Amino acid sequence: MTVPVVDRGGIPVADRPDWRWRSWDERDPGRIPVLIALVLIALVFQALNGAYLSADNLVNLALQASTTGILTLGVVLVLMVGQIDLSVGAVSGVAAAVVTVGFVRAGWPLIVAVLVAVAVGTALGAGYGWMFARLGVPSFVITLSGLMVGVGLQAQVLGPTASVNLPYESGLVRFAQQTFLPPVLSAGLVVAVVLAYTTSRLVDRRRRIAAELSAPSLGATAARIAALAAGLGVPVWYLSRGRGVGAIVAVFIGLVWATDIVLRRTQWGRSVRAIGSSVESARLAGFPVRRVYIAAFMACAGLAALAGVLSAGRFAAANQSTGGADLTLTAIAAAVIGGTSLFGGRGSAWSAVLGVAVIHAISSGLTLLTADGSLRYIVTGVVLALAVTVDAVSRRSRGVPGR
Amino acid sequence: MTRPPVMSLRGITHSFGAVRALIDVDLDVSAHEVVAVVGDNGAGKSTLVGVMAGALVPDAGEVVVDGREVRLSSPGLARQLGIATVFQDLALCEDLDVVENLFLGQELRRGPVLDEVAMEREALRLLAQLSARVTSVRGPVSGLSGGQRQAVAVARALLGEPRVLVLDEPTAALGITQTAEVLNLVERVRDRGYGVVLVSQNMADVQAVADRVVVLRRGRVNGDFDAETASYEDIIAAITGIAPTRRRGGVS
Repeated sequence: MTVPVVDRGGIPVADRPDWRWRSWDERDPGRIPVLIALVLIALVFQALNGAYLSADNLVNLALQASTTGILTLGVVLVLMVGQIDLSVGAVSGVAAAVVTVGFVRAGWPLIVAVLVAVAVGTALGAGYGWMFARLGVPSFVITLSGLMVGVGLQAQVLGPTASVNLPYESGLVRFAQQTFLPPVLSAGLVVAVVLAYTTSRLVDRRRRIAAELSAPSLGATAARIAALAAGLGVPVWYLSRGRGVGAIVAVFIGLVWATDIVLRRTQWGRSVRAIGSSVESARLAGFPVRRVYIAAFMACAGLAALAGVLSAGRFAAANQSTGGADLTLTAIAAAVIGGTSLFGGRGSAWSAVLGVAVIHAISSGLTLLTADGSLRYIVTGVVLALAVTVDAVSRRSRGVPGR
Repeated sequence: MTRPPVMSLRGITHSFGAVRALIDVDLDVSAHEVVAVVGDNGAGKSTLVGVMAGALVPDAGEVVVDGREVRLSSPGLARQLGIATVFQDLALCEDLDVVENLFLGQELRRGPVLDEVAMEREALRLLAQLSARVTSVRGPVSGLSGGQRQAVAVARALLGEPRVLVLDEPTAALGITQTAEVLNLVERVRDRGYGVVLVSQNMADVQAVADRVVVLRRGRVNGDFDAETASYEDIIAAITGIAPTRRRGGVS
């Protein structure tokens, strides 16, 4: 039996209209404005060029966005603990070099080359984490030097030719360029995810009612399920009118989904948000702060390496420009545009999807309009400035000083 | 003293380099009792809190919990032994909601995932017990007032069913209404059978809720008063050391 909590006026809190069950992601403020921005971007570019929203263009857009998205997902993790990794682009470049050189020149089996590349990235991340958590060097400086070391390593691995091509018939290139989920499979996955979500919502609702806690109405639950079904189903259906959902797109979304579960539903995820919010409080609460920092840096660099491997497959080559400086900035910008706070503690794995969607929607639109590349930088920069401003202002209005 | 103490400090002595912060300090806390620890700046209050919280291991002296000598070598160990401390800065995470903060580091799990339902139910129960006025247990702590935050921090300290609750300057940053709220909270905690150590510089608060007042001055116990009978002047005199003090009982 629970005694109702009352407010100052003695009214039971549970009876007040603002008292309702809200999941963590629903409280995340950054999501709705980004979705509106995305719709506006789509409408503007569609008005300027009728091919913009065609299935073919969106299939390409999704492929382009996915490798950046995997980088962004790693950046989100590091930002959530209140740190930064400026070297994700360089790490992805090193991984791309390792996988191509290992596979083409050294003749390793593909799977070995991929695993070595990802392991090299993760090891770099472990180095950052160790230097930060054990020696107290600021992550900004560690990863900046990591960026330089990475660029150098990349050149060393590539050797004098500075560019290595992957054969088109290799598994990696086929996976990244030509593999698409069959429509039946993608539809089946959508149905499975919606069913799993429905089950978890209903079980959760029943437990809340059994525990005499405020529970969402059946209508609200149905609305959320319908929103998920539409949010997954419509894009998948639309992409299937073109070539379909690319394999790397599925990998990206799967990684985001898994990361989201870990961040929201596990104690480790809770420790990530606690550390980003207040390290001292997290330490006093008994979280293994150093280990979580190290894990976040390792996951970020590991994901960056995976993104590098996949982009080597998508371009069927690795060279010195793979993962150039622009890519790191794009990934960090995407994380912030998607709603992850630069100040730590607030964010979501899904902000990686939203953020890269916005950035690639703009760049794809400008490419279709055959606009100068310089314009893309300016527009992306302005969008980033807007996103950071929203972050800082919302933080100030909540009474929390930014760092 | 009628009840046996739940926690006794015996001859606690601690130095920071050449500075002797605590010298031969004794302190007893019983169940159903609020013991106020007062003293001027630098009297050793914070050091004493650190010792009770397990954050500081004293150079000499012993801590007896339930008649057994223990070594409070870490905050976790102090908690396990039933001594919960609410630090002055509360150690809350601003971005996390009330339930998340209450269970920070001690999350309830259902298999591999967090059991939000059980945690929310327990949070509501604890806050209701303290008659805490918290607008939403699923809203971030950054939206709460100072008094509400104190309530959340106290509720968190009570989570593991401790015997002794140590509050470090709980009203230092609060206004009049919120201070009253927190003092009510302290009384409710005592009435539930906990021993409370209230470390404070505010004599009005101390006189409002304390059963006993222990005065620290330059690291030593300079008086142990019954709050019912001691006068304000006696206590101030013991704090400042200006007038001779009358000692009553308590100090062994």
